[in-house]
Amino acid sequence: MYAQMVKTDAARVRSLDEMDPVERAFQERVDAGQKIEPKEWMPEGYRKTLVRQISQHAHSEIVGQLPEGNWISRAPTLERKAILLAKVQDEAGHGLYLYCAAETLGISRDQMYEQLHSGKAKYSSIFNYPTLTWADIGAIGWLVDGAAIMNQVPLQRCSYGPYARAMVRICKEESFHQRQGYDALMCMVKGTPAQKAMVQDALNRWWWPSLMMFGPSDDASVHSAQSMAWKIKQNSNDELRQKFVDQTVPQAKYLGLTVPDPDLKWNEEKGGHDFGEPDWEEFFNVIAGNGPCNAERLEARKKAWNDGAWFRDGLTAHAEKAADRRAAAKIAAE
Amino acid sequence: MATAALETAVDQAALLEFLLRIGDNALILGHRVSEWCGHSPALEEDIALANTALDLIGQTQLWLGLAGEVEGKGRSADDLAYLRDGYDFRNILLVERPNGDFGKTLMRQFLFDAWHYLLLKALKGSTETRIAEIAEKAFKEVSYHLDRSRDLVIRLGDGTAESHRRMQEALDDLWPYTGEMFAADAVDAALVEAGIIPEPQSLKAGWDEIVAEALAEGTLKKSADGYMHKGGRRGVHTEHLGFILSEMQFLQRAYPGATW
Repeated sequence: MYAQMVKTDAARVRSLDEMDPVERAFQERVDAGQKIEPKEWMPEGYRKTLVRQISQHAHSEIVGQLPEGNWISRAPTLERKAILLAKVQDEAGHGLYLYCAAETLGISRDQMYEQLHSGKAKYSSIFNYPTLTWADIGAIGWLVDGAAIMNQVPLQRCSYGPYARAMVRICKEESFHQRQGYDALMCMVKGTPAQKAMVQDALNRWWWPSLMMFGPSDDASVHSAQSMAWKIKQNSNDELRQKFVDQTVPQAKYLGLTVPDPDLKWNEEKGGHDFGEPDWEEFFNVIAGNGPCNAERLEARKKAWNDGAWFRDGLTAHAEKAADRRAAAKIAAE
Repeated sequence: MATAALETAVDQAALLEFLLRIGDNALILGHRVSEWCGHSPALEEDIALANTALDLIGQTQLWLGLAGEVEGKGRSADDLAYLRDGYDFRNILLVERPNGDFGKTLMRQFLFDAWHYLLLKALKGSTETRIAEIAEKAFKEVSYHLDRSRDLVIRLGDGTAESHRRMQEALDDLWPYTGEMFAADAVDAALVEAGIIPEPQSLKAGWDEIVAEALAEGTLKKSADGYMHKGGRRGVHTEHLGFILSEMQFLQRAYPGATW
């Protein structure tokens, strides 16, 4: 889940009877499964929540380029290098669609960058973990993209049209990302003992942070309830986490790996796995900026932005000059 | 059919040398460009540069794959990319120059693209079918690379005073590495004779024209033709190549024989 703990400004979810006619008409359309489009009336809280969620999602794609980009120059074969480049490029593309989707809600990309750089806007906790070996690249595809898909498939049915549509294309690409990650790991576990050990080590480090991607239990959260009422969110964090564990455990087994959770076992009665609780203290620390790579990730993004200021200014200046020249030529011609 | 074409009277050693030169250019420049991934000045640039790098890595697979076949010792494109040391690399020095700021990266790309474009255009008519086929595919990609790098060089040259200064500085720094593109030796002579590659000097006028037009439009001043650095084409590189290789080849070297 690339958007975690998104606030809604709601104190509680109001019933239809408590709404004025305009808001009630909006809610009834949402309830009926209709899409809300940019120029239509929407409650301010709905708009703000979407801006928070979509920008957080976009920032996650952009910051997410860094841990994987870290291994492009060290990819072990030309084919793996090409696949990884294509994947990171897709992520930049996802960032672009998502910033565009957020822009339909009245915020500019530059404003969103400003919020990211100042620390006001968050991005997914997962990208604050380091990629230490090549197996981490496979593990990110398998686990991180796998968890993202869990969240993003239902988002294709989100009530806000531009976000839902962006998600359709993104989901297709994410599914390729997950497969390539699993494929890279499959190749390694069939390889030498050192390669297999590398994969197990990656699973040991990425398992719990992947479960944390869904966020803490939100059964009692008013923000989640409001987001669900607005159909921005479709499932609870625990539901998605359970689904992810149930999907992933057999895949780990197929790879011949051990999931690093002593409490993990199949529960016949519920038809799903029982599993341990992630370390939420660690999660809140990472969210608060104390993860292993928070400072580096943000610094890298700020540096790219600041170092590139002359480039962006240069292009803007050229566009203005070109426009002036066209205008002058037009006057001369008249 | 293709293999038969490669078994003509042409000097196989010269052919191999040429394929390593063109393949290593794509490999090393692709590597350099990919270093920007996630760090470029605008999201659109991250996407475009990744695309360029992807094209170059794809071309590397084709050129070095063919080089391995011509060599006939069972070496794959990966073997050639990951298991040779610096003195066996045949790329020109220009492509191993460090990225520098984004302006220098773009200028390096433009100077290379203009030449690469002309070279591939000529190679489409190579008497060697396999080379002509690869050139056909690569030419389409490189036409786009050139459109893009030329456009940015013009816009940044004629942008702000700061962007102009950076682009001029990049041009002056890189200019001494452009001469190697047109250098010729016995390898070239043998292949030119067989109609496999164009005479390197024959590309110079076209390159001068593309470069001069873009520089003029971008209000940049052509650098003085002074001393030109050479060596890459015969395996004598700058200190930078060793670091590129130690990074690129790390996994293949640390885990010999492993499959990835």
